[in-house]
Amino acid sequence: MTIAALTKAWQPMSYGFLDPSAKRELRRKMLKAIAVPGCQMPYASREVPMARGWGTGGLQVTLTLLKPQSVVKVIDQGADDSVNAASIRSFLSKVSGAAETWDTLAATIIQSRHRIPEERLRADQVLVLQVPNPEPLRPVEPNMSIARQMHADADYGRLWLILYEQMVRAGRIMEGAAYPALVNGRHVMTPSPIPRWDVPKLHMAQHLTFLSAGREKRLYAVPPFTRVEPLVFSDVPYQVEDHGGLTCHRSGVTGYFMNEIPQDVGSVFELSDSHLGIKAIRLSQAEGGVEGAADQIGPTWYENGVMP
Amino acid sequence: MNAMLPPQLMTTPPLLTMTGLCRRYGRVTALDDVSAMVYPGEVLGIVGESGSGKSTLLRMMNLEDTPDSGDYRLALPDLPGNLFDLDRFARRMLCATRIGIVYQNPHQGLLMKHTSSGNVAERLLIAGERSFAALRARGRVALEASEFPLDRMDARPIELSGGMQQRVQLAKAIALEPALLLLDEPTTGLDVSVQALVLDTLKRLQRDRAITMVIVSHDLGVLRTMADRVMVMRHGRVVEQGLADQVFQDPQHEYTQSLVHAKL
Repeated sequence: MTIAALTKAWQPMSYGFLDPSAKRELRRKMLKAIAVPGCQMPYASREVPMARGWGTGGLQVTLTLLKPQSVVKVIDQGADDSVNAASIRSFLSKVSGAAETWDTLAATIIQSRHRIPEERLRADQVLVLQVPNPEPLRPVEPNMSIARQMHADADYGRLWLILYEQMVRAGRIMEGAAYPALVNGRHVMTPSPIPRWDVPKLHMAQHLTFLSAGREKRLYAVPPFTRVEPLVFSDVPYQVEDHGGLTCHRSGVTGYFMNEIPQDVGSVFELSDSHLGIKAIRLSQAEGGVEGAADQIGPTWYENGVMP
Repeated sequence: MNAMLPPQLMTTPPLLTMTGLCRRYGRVTALDDVSAMVYPGEVLGIVGESGSGKSTLLRMMNLEDTPDSGDYRLALPDLPGNLFDLDRFARRMLCATRIGIVYQNPHQGLLMKHTSSGNVAERLLIAGERSFAALRARGRVALEASEFPLDRMDARPIELSGGMQQRVQLAKAIALEPALLLLDEPTTGLDVSVQALVLDTLKRLQRDRAITMVIVSHDLGVLRTMADRVMVMRHGRVVEQGLADQVFQDPQHEYTQSLVHAKL
């Protein structure tokens, strides 16, 4: 009689790489984060087979949300085919059996770095953003315990002060990515380094957004239909990047956020949301009579370069 | 009948009333049953040697510290009851909007890495001003009132001289037209000529706006020029108080006598 004969045969207790207790802890923190929109919840950031700073926070939230029936899309700066996005996506599918996709419309979970897809997300989709620095007050208050007190007091005067001084120095607000935004009228959050172009997409959105920082061990959420208002002066309107008039040199699409590709003379632009570009090219091919090239572009947040 | 009327000061109720303040830090008694009153438009000077509790008293007035026991009231609308009972948030709003303070050390009162006008603007932002043009205009008015040279309003305080830094602090303190202005040794560490200029500004502000002020100083000269009424503190107790001239010309308590004579 051996011990092996007395015990049950090995079978997996869980899926999605994290063990059940880790997932439970994350789930509880995610629920808390939803309950207090924009408030940073500390969590025990686990080891994942990826270096800190490469999206470990987003990865842990995605792993917790995943089930074998999920369809995952991973975006890195708008692209689905970068090494980082491709390897995270294949890892997610390998550990959970979830299907992979590049299509925003088909995905149920979208993990993203730096961009929100141009196509509108639906109520049945979850967006997970990777965040390097979750603390909007860090530039003004290096001491994190005091920063937490300032959040508790809703003491955001100094964030406004930064904007004020940018206006004084440059005549306009210089904040590029990670523009601080007031969530649900209470907490100011850093909406991860998404461009200013993407911040209004979070306002009263249908989908649930998680923002998670693995190295800093904090996560926060924007639940569906929650106000997300960028900090602006009443007489200085919020401005998104001036990309509304640019045309993608590969797909010919106009009115979305573009990547600038410098050339010897001037520069050309290409759609930052790479799969939107692919779909646009397929659509125009289908119209030109190429078989099997048809694809569908869903409703987008921006129409003709402006947000309605 | 008319001759029997009390002096004018007594007919208006005091703006600030503190009664029975006690504060101990471990074995040290900083305040021992201190009471104080300040009438609207009046300048109260608090004088005493180092460790006499005068700065502690001022910190209490700015609600930075809570005493072991005691009562603090400001005769302002919608502020009934003991101010020490207010919660954090209410305290912060009260300090930002109704009480201005100028510290001895500008590093304590100013954000050194931000511009001077920004320092004033922060006060207005906390109070809810959200228009950039208004922030700019109101900041300019406050800096002008404290006689700060406007061509340097976007310089950082760290690049300014000590006297200028005190003017920025003053502009920040008066930006929201507070009911009470607290000055903690505002001219200590400045050389005599700059000291005189800052005191001039304070005096003019007091005359123009009739701001109620409390000045803490160990410099009798400062109080002689500024204060209407003087409170002398020693070992956490008030040993003597009265009109400034009266206290300085005819000190009753032996400690005050030695203080006045040491000055002379």
